[in-house]
Amino acid sequence: MVMLPQVEHELHKRRRSRNLGLLAVLLGFVALVFGLSIAKITSGDMLEGYDHQPRATMLPKDPNPPVPNAAPVAAPGTPGAAQVKP
Amino acid sequence: MADINAYHGPAEAGFGDYVALLKPRVMSLVVFTAFVGLWIAPVSMNPFVAFCSILFIALGGGASGALNMWYDADIDAVMKRTASRPVPAGLIPKQDALALGIALSGLSVMMLGLAANWFAAAFLAFTIFFYAVVYTIWLKRSTPQNIVIGGAAGAFPPMIGWACATGGIGLESLLMFALIFFWTPPHFWALALFMNNDYTNAGVPMLTVTHGRKVTRRHIFGYTLVLAPFAIWLGFTSVGGWIYLSVSAVLNLLFIAGGWQILRRGDDAAAADKYKVEKRYFRLSLYYLFLHFTALLVQHWVGAW
Repeated sequence: MVMLPQVEHELHKRRRSRNLGLLAVLLGFVALVFGLSIAKITSGDMLEGYDHQPRATMLPKDPNPPVPNAAPVAAPGTPGAAQVKP
Repeated sequence: MADINAYHGPAEAGFGDYVALLKPRVMSLVVFTAFVGLWIAPVSMNPFVAFCSILFIALGGGASGALNMWYDADIDAVMKRTASRPVPAGLIPKQDALALGIALSGLSVMMLGLAANWFAAAFLAFTIFFYAVVYTIWLKRSTPQNIVIGGAAGAFPPMIGWACATGGIGLESLLMFALIFFWTPPHFWALALFMNNDYTNAGVPMLTVTHGRKVTRRHIFGYTLVLAPFAIWLGFTSVGGWIYLSVSAVLNLLFIAGGWQILRRGDDAAAADKYKVEKRYFRLSLYYLFLHFTALLVQHWVGAW
């Protein structure tokens, strides 16, 4: 059997440098986005964004909140309503 | 006999050739000035977010460099200084440079918007447009004022850095812009005085080619006079102080003195000593900008006004 000489062409060397370089860049980008997420979350910016659903916690605070009724009002036509009438 | 070197197709570019496409030397200036703009701004940023912002500004600068190499491949091939760039050297096809430039522009603007704010991102997008389209495509080949207006692209990075931190523009960031903007023409014209033949061969209308060297010398001196008040003014704003003012005063005196020497010289005298004064002035211009921004950093560190 004939053994062929294992000589690497310069072209393949360049191609490998390109592929490894791109790998490093992509891994670096992943690390960067992950780090940015951590930095943004831990820096305490507004964490609760609009999530396509109205939520009570997102509403501005009402300066004059309705006062809870001390005396319950019976619904008209019910026995309770007939009793209360003077 | 079989020959392993039988393949003679187009040369393959290595990773380094793609890095060279982003003009790493220009990028280093962008990184430095943008960092200073961001750091001395009155609003502090999370260090990692600041790091990412600078990185994306640099990437945007690199993208505009790739777009410049795509459009200028024909004249780069003619000029000695630029003939070995990856596109004219035949390592990277023109279309690849264009594709990389556009992709990195989009990526850098989007990521800067997410990392810092959308005002800074829009500013970066405008800067890339300004360098790649306004300077490279519209002005460079049509007017000898090309580098005066194109210099604005190089002057935006500290303003973008400032915008990353504050979300806007301030007097200080405008003065940092003015510092680089008025510094650029004398810096490049001094280079053109001793690299003249390159630009003539490429047909780029440098001032030395269109209006002669005498006019260029006058312009260099004129711009050093315009530059000085802006550099000193920056020392009286909220980012200035005694250290910056002293450094700036010395540098501006040297710069004006150098400009005066260039103005007083004829071309015969310059050719006789191989443009010694012009080369020294060019080197001084590099120190001028570097030391001004370093002084701003030091001033911020010890405390401004």
